[in-house]
Amino acid sequence: MIPELGHFALILATIVALIQGVLPLTGTFVPSRTLQVTLQTLARPMAILQCALVACAFAALATAFLTNDFSVTYVAQHSNSLLPKPYQFAAVWGGHEGSLLLWVLLLAVWSMAVALFSKSLPLDMVARVLSVLGLISVGFLLFILTTSSPFERLLPAALDGRDLNPLLQDPGLVIHPPMLYMGYVGMSVAFAFAVAALLSGRLDAAWARWSRPWTVIAWTFLTFGIGLGSWWAYYELGWGGWWFWDPVENASLMPWLVATALIHSLMVTEKRGSFKAWTVLLAIAAFSLSLLGTFLVRSGVLTSVHAFASDPKRGVFILIFLAVVVGASLSLFAWRAPRVTLGGRMELVSRESFLLANSVLLVVATGAVLLGTIYPLIIDALNMGKLSVGPPYFNAVFAPLLVPTVFLMVPGSIARWREAKLSEIAHTLRYSGLAAVVLAVGLPFVLGGWSFGAMLGIFLSAWVGLGTLLQVVTRLRKPGRIGLSFWGQHTAHFGMAVLVMGVTGVNSYEVERDVRMHVNDVVTIAPYSFQLKSLSEVTGPNYKAVRADVEVKRGSEVIDILQPEKRRYFSSAMPMTEAGIDSGFMRDLYVSLGEPLDDARTEWSMRVYYKPFVPWLWGGVLLMVLGGLLAALDRRYRT
Amino acid sequence: MKARTRRFIWIAVGVLVLCAAAAFVLNAFQSNLVFFFTPTQVSKGEAPKGRTFRAGGMVKENSLVRDGNAVRFVITDTLQEMPVTYVGLLPDLFKEGKGVVAQGKLGEDGIFVASEVLAKHDENYMPPEAKHAMDQAAAAKAAQSLKP
Repeated sequence: MIPELGHFALILATIVALIQGVLPLTGTFVPSRTLQVTLQTLARPMAILQCALVACAFAALATAFLTNDFSVTYVAQHSNSLLPKPYQFAAVWGGHEGSLLLWVLLLAVWSMAVALFSKSLPLDMVARVLSVLGLISVGFLLFILTTSSPFERLLPAALDGRDLNPLLQDPGLVIHPPMLYMGYVGMSVAFAFAVAALLSGRLDAAWARWSRPWTVIAWTFLTFGIGLGSWWAYYELGWGGWWFWDPVENASLMPWLVATALIHSLMVTEKRGSFKAWTVLLAIAAFSLSLLGTFLVRSGVLTSVHAFASDPKRGVFILIFLAVVVGASLSLFAWRAPRVTLGGRMELVSRESFLLANSVLLVVATGAVLLGTIYPLIIDALNMGKLSVGPPYFNAVFAPLLVPTVFLMVPGSIARWREAKLSEIAHTLRYSGLAAVVLAVGLPFVLGGWSFGAMLGIFLSAWVGLGTLLQVVTRLRKPGRIGLSFWGQHTAHFGMAVLVMGVTGVNSYEVERDVRMHVNDVVTIAPYSFQLKSLSEVTGPNYKAVRADVEVKRGSEVIDILQPEKRRYFSSAMPMTEAGIDSGFMRDLYVSLGEPLDDARTEWSMRVYYKPFVPWLWGGVLLMVLGGLLAALDRRYRT
Repeated sequence: MKARTRRFIWIAVGVLVLCAAAAFVLNAFQSNLVFFFTPTQVSKGEAPKGRTFRAGGMVKENSLVRDGNAVRFVITDTLQEMPVTYVGLLPDLFKEGKGVVAQGKLGEDGIFVASEVLAKHDENYMPPEAKHAMDQAAAAKAAQSLKP
């Protein structure tokens, strides 16, 4: 009964979304003033009603999972009565249908947030923004109802479920998808604001100011979601890597790069009234790339842990939807763009020009990632052979494009608006720049070897980190209240410096050992030694595992006992590697179990890593997230 | 006039930098494309010597031999076979009789030296390249049996 109610709620939500998408927008065209107001005021209550209905549908599905209702196909495929409760709940979005429902739920939540926190917006803007969001929602709801309903019944009901993919049974899964989706879906708000502004013909500073906090929040979620995904891959996959240039990772990185360009470009539009057309294009691109990401991940063209289905109907639906969104918004842009005025003048050396340069670099980097991600798919679709583009391409392209971007972060935030002097900027940065050079030359010797990459990375990290600190100190010496957005900007920039140091450290100084070990064997990675103390069988709620106890010593002092596991879940024949990790401030020690090499299972292949600076990766991401939150909470936006 | 000339120069520099970036990206792209070949194609000598490529199919039953950290196994598409060596840990889902994709270079002795054996995430899942190789071989067999 409950699943049917959920299905019914979804149908109602589609109707409400359609009303929300059409009537308020019509209200901005009709001549009659009273009709205008009547139609436009519909937007807010409809958005709230739609959110309530989608939440009901989501709750119905969650109930089906938590009560082990295996008469629902989707539940039978992705859950199991032995699965721990928190994972039963997370399994709601452990498959294709449920994750789309989560997408729609979050879209409805964003729409409701816009409806509730838009007191200062003129009614016609609210109507346009909520209409655009409503139309997007209609598209996704129809997608769910026609091709991927999670409420379909299974007759006869299964005795027990097939269980959630063991890889996904992890706390990381509970929060990674919702966070990432909040970011993806949040781009729809930036997009809706851009389209609303195009429709009204009022591309001005006010539009940029309304759009900014929403875009920054979406960026923050996206950053956090990507960071979580990377962290999860790092400790769950057991390969010790944190970024694989997997197409699915790229699908989340592309909107992030464009969104980063967008939040900076919006600032220029707000402060100086320039870059309007560029900002609108970035907003359209960010949302389109989010949709493309959804398409790549959910259509089954890519096969990975994220790809659930390979029903061609679904891929076609998302592709058409993507084409409609991109086509319609670009046509609207082409129609309205000639009316966009140029903003304030800028000189060749100015904050604007630095920000523009960074914008362009980020977009070029996005293009390069896009090329490497979809070229193999296109070639395959055209039957022109099979090929792949591996990490070497992305590394070769990405680093040279991002190095100048990171470098320009500092002069970009110091330079004056409109016109700046290079000599002044150089003067301001002379000591911090010198210190960065000294660190770049000196630090590699301390860390264990000189290389060009290490030197460049350390220089960039120190350049941004010290440059940021310099600006904070300079500002603190001056009187006056310091806004939250100032702290937000510099916290996020400092986070970038920490992240760059993390990347540099782990890429340059990581040590990896693949070894065969018996009990009591020792591997040494100076100054640490790893001894395999014992192997034991353990039983979890829905798996059996072999667990190794590995004693880690530094000199003669025991610092940790790591317990990597090799699990075998009852519901599948698939073995799973759980790594044992000891995290410090400066490094991780990482041990994972390979496979037994003899029949008695006394000798195992093992992988032992010394991974310097890995915690800095996560620290850098968290600082960026904190920076985003601070910036979005600035008092300016709450008027 | 002077300001305009200066602006023109800057724009020209900007365009040149963008072109250089595009050329650089495309060049890196070109040299890092990794093509896929089936064991049948490899046996016909279609695969490049000295360049990295991917090969895939099934791991032949009872072909896995361990030697210290090195492993040797045979990839087959049921028509042709290809010996492979690899040093390192095999992914969790590597099994005899299951699909596999390996990336590496072909040695002069005809042995494929893998630098990477691709791990996949699902036991029921067949790497698309491996499936492609099996399908090609099956099609070739079918065509063969139709001939008188």
